[in-house]
Amino acid sequence: MAFVKLTKSKKNIQFREKVIELAGNAVIKCYQCGECSGGCPEAGAMDLLPNQVMHKIQLGDESVLHANTFWICSTCLVCSTRCPKGIDIAKVMEALREIVLRSKQSYLTLDSLEEDDLKEIPQIAFVSSFKKQTQ
Amino acid sequence: MTEKIAYYPGCTAKSYAKYMDSTARIVMKELGIELVELDRWNCCGTVYGLADDNLYSQLAPIRNMIRTLENGFDEVVTICSMCYNTLARANDLFKSDKEKADRLNAFMYKEPDYEGNVTVLHLLDLLVKRVKFQAVKEKVTNPLKGLKIAPYYGCTLLRPREISIDENIEHPSILSELIFALGGEPVEDPYMTECCGSYLTVKDKHLVADRTNKIVGSMQKRSADIIMVSCPLCQFNLDRRQKEVKALNPAFHKVPIVYFTQLMALAMGVDYKKLGFQDHYVDPVPILKKRGLIREKKKVAAKIAK
Ligand code: SF4
Ligand code: SF4
Repeated sequence: MAFVKLTKSKKNIQFREKVIELAGNAVIKCYQCGECSGGCPEAGAMDLLPNQVMHKIQLGDESVLHANTFWICSTCLVCSTRCPKGIDIAKVMEALREIVLRSKQSYLTLDSLEEDDLKEIPQIAFVSSFKKQTQ
Repeated sequence: MTEKIAYYPGCTAKSYAKYMDSTARIVMKELGIELVELDRWNCCGTVYGLADDNLYSQLAPIRNMIRTLENGFDEVVTICSMCYNTLARANDLFKSDKEKADRLNAFMYKEPDYEGNVTVLHLLDLLVKRVKFQAVKEKVTNPLKGLKIAPYYGCTLLRPREISIDENIEHPSILSELIFALGGEPVEDPYMTECCGSYLTVKDKHLVADRTNKIVGSMQKRSADIIMVSCPLCQFNLDRRQKEVKALNPAFHKVPIVYFTQLMALAMGVDYKKLGFQDHYVDPVPILKKRGLIREKKKVAAKIAK
């Protein structure tokens, strides 16, 4: 039996390795059942569904970093608790956020916040969004 | 005799959710447990750091374990679900990964070495396992009769499975059991375990408004009078974002969002004016009055009669 090598270029392999370094190698076990996307409360607003993100990572496709998926993932962990392959998908989302944030790009910038929001929103929301969405 | 237990309030319980904190202290005292606030506790970081190489975010929660031991305790209880999740997960990581534990201890070289010997509890854990709901029931003097209460768990009390306060993470029942103990009527809804949107409320509040519309709307359709939560961020999102929902969907009916400790205190006969309802966007007082759970003092009534 011959295997087809889907990921050939060095760049793709490097990208996949980077994700694996941050989120573990379980990502290669994904068999596209779609359970993660089925339970994701934010799926309707995502450019790429969580299972599509998993597939792109397996292929080492760096374009996944342009999707809004991991920014509007609220780390609710429904996907991670339901994945039949035991993959911590929320952790993979974190890896993608970290890759972007560590390249000095933020999703959230402080000057974009309105004064009313600054007054009203409790610090628990600020601290967590700053941790997840700013460099 | 009053039992003492180390208590980690967390930042939000000291500001936005101060009535979650004060009502927790009142009801636990009533149940014979004194919550002893840890000296020199620090913010837990609010969310657990998931990336494998990010040990930095585990420092804050682990420091609180060291504070717990310093204060002479080997378990610590918290009431905010997000703090609970972050503290418990960091503690579990520390216990299960010797290499990471050693690195964390080495980094905090000015602190005594931590050995992973602290247990993190949520206040609901303490109520279920040690106090028991039967004891809660015995303290109820103002049963929440006729009040339809939708329990809302959100994420951080239940996921991941390892730290869940309920064995059944898909259909938990702890809050319903508490509601029964308080004499209320639980209204379980499939959205009770769905995320409120959490920190997305800062950058993408429209997404959170959308979730509030779904979650609160669904519970309202099941005729819930009130929704009971255990997390200040869930409370904020589900309560304050109803403002945005009302603007999007004029047919939406507002539902008050309260902490489980506020309802416990009300059922235990604490004056409703001490429960902090004035801080809520959707005022719980009218429905509580309608159900006869808040009665104005007779004196006032007599004055009016004159
Ligand atoms: S639930 Fe798991 S196996 Fe199924 S598509 Fe999602 S990541 Fe892949
Ligand atoms: S953790 Fe993120 S990706 Fe997973 S279900 Fe929740 S919002 Fe969706």
